[in-house]
Amino acid sequence: MRGAKSAKWVTGAIIVALAATACGGGKSDGAGDAKGAVDPNGIFSIELGEPEKPLYTGDTMESNGSAVMAGLFSTLVDYKADGSLEMINAESVTTTDSKTWTVKLKPGWTFHDGTPVTAKSYVDAWNWNANVKNAMGLSSWFADIKGFEKLSPEGEGAKPTADKLDGLKVVDENTFTIELAKAVPYFGHKLAYIVFAPLPEAFYKDTKAAGQKPIGNGPYKFKSWDHKKQIEIVRYDDYKGPNKAKNGGVVFKNYTTLEAAYEDLKSGNVDVLRQLAPKDLPVYRQDLGDRAVDQAYSAIQTVAVAFYADQWSKPKQVDPKVIQGLSMAIDRATITKTVLQGTREPATGWVAKGVLGYQPNAVDVTKFDPAKAKELIKAGGGVPGNKISIQFNADGGHKEWVDAVCNSITQSTGVACTGDGKPDFQADLQARKNKQVKSFYRSGWVLDYPVNANFISDLFRTGAAGNQGGFSNKELDAKIAKADSAPTLEESVKEFQAIEKDLVNYMPSIPLWYYKVNAGYSEKVSGVAYGQDGDPILTGVEVHK
Amino acid sequence: MGRYVARRLLQMIPVFFGTTLLIFLMVYSLPGDPVAGLFGDKGASPATIAEIRHKLGLDQPILKQYWDYISGIVFHFDFGTQIRNDRPVTEVLGDAFPVTIQLAALAFAFELVFGLTLGIVAGLRAGRMADNAILIFTLLIISIPVFVLGFLIKMVFAFQLGWIEPNVSNDQLLSEMIAPAIVLGGLSLAYVARLTRTSMAENLRADYMRTAVAKGLPKRRIIGVHLMRNSMIPVVTFLGTDIGALMGGAVVTEGIFNVKGVGGLIYESITRREGSTLVGLVTVLVVVYLITSLLIDLLYAVLDPRIRYA
Amino acid sequence: MPDVTKTAAATAPDAVAAPPVDAPAPQDKAEKPRSLWGDAWADLRRNPYFLVSSVLIFFLLLIAAFPGMFTSASPTAGDLVKHYVGKPELGDVGSAGWLGYDIQGRSVYARLIYGTRASIIVGVCVTLIVTVVGGTMGMIAGYFGGWVDAVLSRLTDVFFGIPFLLGAMVVLQAFVERTVWVVVFALAFLGWTQMARVMRGAVITVKQADYVHAAKALGAGTGRILFRHILPNAMAPVIVVATIALGGYISAEATLSYLGLGLASPTVSWGVDISAGVQAIRTSQHILLYPSIMLSLTVLAFIMLGEAVRNALDPKLR
Repeated sequence: MRGAKSAKWVTGAIIVALAATACGGGKSDGAGDAKGAVDPNGIFSIELGEPEKPLYTGDTMESNGSAVMAGLFSTLVDYKADGSLEMINAESVTTTDSKTWTVKLKPGWTFHDGTPVTAKSYVDAWNWNANVKNAMGLSSWFADIKGFEKLSPEGEGAKPTADKLDGLKVVDENTFTIELAKAVPYFGHKLAYIVFAPLPEAFYKDTKAAGQKPIGNGPYKFKSWDHKKQIEIVRYDDYKGPNKAKNGGVVFKNYTTLEAAYEDLKSGNVDVLRQLAPKDLPVYRQDLGDRAVDQAYSAIQTVAVAFYADQWSKPKQVDPKVIQGLSMAIDRATITKTVLQGTREPATGWVAKGVLGYQPNAVDVTKFDPAKAKELIKAGGGVPGNKISIQFNADGGHKEWVDAVCNSITQSTGVACTGDGKPDFQADLQARKNKQVKSFYRSGWVLDYPVNANFISDLFRTGAAGNQGGFSNKELDAKIAKADSAPTLEESVKEFQAIEKDLVNYMPSIPLWYYKVNAGYSEKVSGVAYGQDGDPILTGVEVHK
Repeated sequence: MGRYVARRLLQMIPVFFGTTLLIFLMVYSLPGDPVAGLFGDKGASPATIAEIRHKLGLDQPILKQYWDYISGIVFHFDFGTQIRNDRPVTEVLGDAFPVTIQLAALAFAFELVFGLTLGIVAGLRAGRMADNAILIFTLLIISIPVFVLGFLIKMVFAFQLGWIEPNVSNDQLLSEMIAPAIVLGGLSLAYVARLTRTSMAENLRADYMRTAVAKGLPKRRIIGVHLMRNSMIPVVTFLGTDIGALMGGAVVTEGIFNVKGVGGLIYESITRREGSTLVGLVTVLVVVYLITSLLIDLLYAVLDPRIRYA
Repeated sequence: MPDVTKTAAATAPDAVAAPPVDAPAPQDKAEKPRSLWGDAWADLRRNPYFLVSSVLIFFLLLIAAFPGMFTSASPTAGDLVKHYVGKPELGDVGSAGWLGYDIQGRSVYARLIYGTRASIIVGVCVTLIVTVVGGTMGMIAGYFGGWVDAVLSRLTDVFFGIPFLLGAMVVLQAFVERTVWVVVFALAFLGWTQMARVMRGAVITVKQADYVHAAKALGAGTGRILFRHILPNAMAPVIVVATIALGGYISAEATLSYLGLGLASPTVSWGVDISAGVQAIRTSQHILLYPSIMLSLTVLAFIMLGEAVRNALDPKLR
């Protein structure tokens, strides 16, 4: 009976450790000490939902698929916790003008099927992913590269007129160049994203099969995928990268609920969790002791303004002071502590932590100050109708904090506030797309690349992909364009830092809080760390005998 | 008999098409675009979305889509592919149904055995203590929402007593299915007990019972053959429609106990607007329902000799 | 040789149970004969189940109609200072805090009181709609038989073929604003089939009774036969099934809320609170406990009423 303990055994790690030894039959080799020697071939399991789509480098957008792909593929570069770059498959990535980039690969790398990783592997993969014919969800990532519009023309039903990006040139076996349409100082950081991974020749022979059994160049190779049950990957012994796996492999286990996964963690049936259900949050630190994880990652929750809504656009554009006032009416400290049970950290700006250019306490409109809030709203001409609503998707666990934010606003300013729950994410998105949001809407943003531009340019530029509230300001657009084309990364980051401070004068959204990873792991493993996207770093996990 | 069955089979055809068309239209009318939903917060280029819609045939008129889909099922046993992950629906259903059938069968056995026992005991002792106790017990089960019952069972038996594993593992052992089966079958158990009890209590007063007693038949035979056989019709009717209901109604139970079956698939297909999966599911369930109701009607003839089929 | 598809398709036992043959057809109002309903009423007044459940239901309806009479606290305004303050002040019955506070620092007691209305509306309205729609369909199908029956029965089958919860979930997804009435519609959308089957079965049995033939022989019109003779005698099983189902609908609303598809704030209902309570089950059990008790009590009250009515209407059980 491995499930025999749990609820009663919450007093401390020691007791749980004893129990694990006593009842862990079949799991461990019955070593006397729970933290036995590290087994370099040990396999550990991790909670993971079913990836929503086949495992394509160009189509893996949600966290379940990304976690598996991160093990199977290595990109040219990766970033460290401070946002700086580390070379992985690339020997070097260089540029002089931020417009033409030269990539040199480390020689001798192979795919899991034994074929070599060459410059062509990269160029072909990118051409394939960018082609609208292949309908890859991440194809717009290649928009920076010269000639993208020929592969993915604007407008519905338009056909591509080329099948190769003009900007990509193979120089030799291990070198290729990338020419961008215009200078992008942080393009090097974008290359860490999975969509820029290489693909083997075998991929193009049967792309459908490749989505089910991907062949990558990463630290792990694919073993099996039992749909909705588990995915297994094992260490790739010929891996040449710096991040070689310290374990023998990973089993991704699927659970119907996070509650169930947590129960299994306590019963020793799963080793690493990525997140916890609200039900377990109040007790998990007690349950797990020092195996409880509580760490910030680079994502932010905001309440965005639907600028096209009658409330804000008629008869005249709303004064940013009103939004500033509403922002200062939210008691972020109390809400994160109580309703969100410490799973978020109050935001002090628009750029999330762990990103190049993050500046602590960037702005002060996120301070809770009811008196000032009332004053600002009054100075800005008041909230039209004296009532607001916040649209959210009811299937994402947002209801509690939306209620709390509303209560806080009403209590401190007297502005009536209600949550406008859409049944699910689909309906929520539909309302945003069709510009039917009545007042505010919930918006979240997880980093795509660790540069502050990602949290500003991709969200507030006129017509940017993440700009769904219809925010548009010529002045700000000009500033963003200037920062986007700065000659060096450092200058670009600096300019965006200035823009972030300046955003209080536009208030395109109300920053609420930064996300944290709240998770835990079992006695069997150590070295569990979480990356900036909130996913555990698989290669670093050590499995104990 | 043969003619009767043939007629019933013919009658199934309009029901089959009616139900599948109904669910198809219902799913179609939902707000939200499954293809746009693929891209989450960040959106995608209209060209990409149009390309995917075209590939999936979602740019066709609704009735054409229905016809393509249903003719695929009827003529080629092809249930289409899922929008999200490109998997054939046949395969998805093939993964989900076995474990749910197992769960439903266990729940069915549970409600049959315990429901009938409780009902018979209550019926034979109508108006006495045992009857009232069973009444209260069954009413309580009916009034507790299934998700509360699930959590209670888990807390008591898995965490406090440690008798069961809290979750069904990927091996899907039969022993792990007992707790979820009890939760799933609980409500129906209460119904079966109430139906049996009422039916028994009614028939106890029937003339043929008096005759049987007067003839001096042994008590076991009176209850076992005369009373039981005549009291079973309403119970069997309920049980017949319940098999399909158990399979399609396990949404909550499966979620709580980590069973990866039809219930989770239903929930996922609805929130992701996976029309083809949902219609495929309903197609299977409606066939199950139609066949069981035919079998049940044939069973009546066994239970009640007065019923004959022309 | 009866066509079994006609007599045995009902789900409830009562549909198959013969109607009280000895119930006299109402002939002369002046004589004031003891009718089926008269007998039932006399029986009910002495039934403790009936008395207890009526008192309970009366109170529930009172709370649903005038929640302000029972508490002065607001069910929606919360103060995070009182976040999950769980210690109930049981001595101070009726005060805002006597059952503790929930996640937003709202009074659990006030939410119980204000939640009654939504839950009762869901239960009662769904049952009424289902009984009227399903009952009418069942009666027409059962009485006229032939092709009318064939068409209506197949139509019922079409709706019955979709699992109840699945259908309700899809319907709820279709509505962007989820009010009480949307939930009522979603549950009634597929719920009527059960009632149609019960009514149809009952009407078919009653139709063959002697007093119906007698009325026909006397030249009574279809309407008169249907409403004076058949309906009163076929209503018994329907009432019984309806009262059991009523409790089930309230419980179903809670389940839908648990799945995130039921009522949404700012609407207050027990279902919303129960599903929120499950989230806090490991630390603040009172959030789950009180609305669950209310729900169980309500369901129990209506089912007990149904049992009592069933017994009263069935002369064989006297």
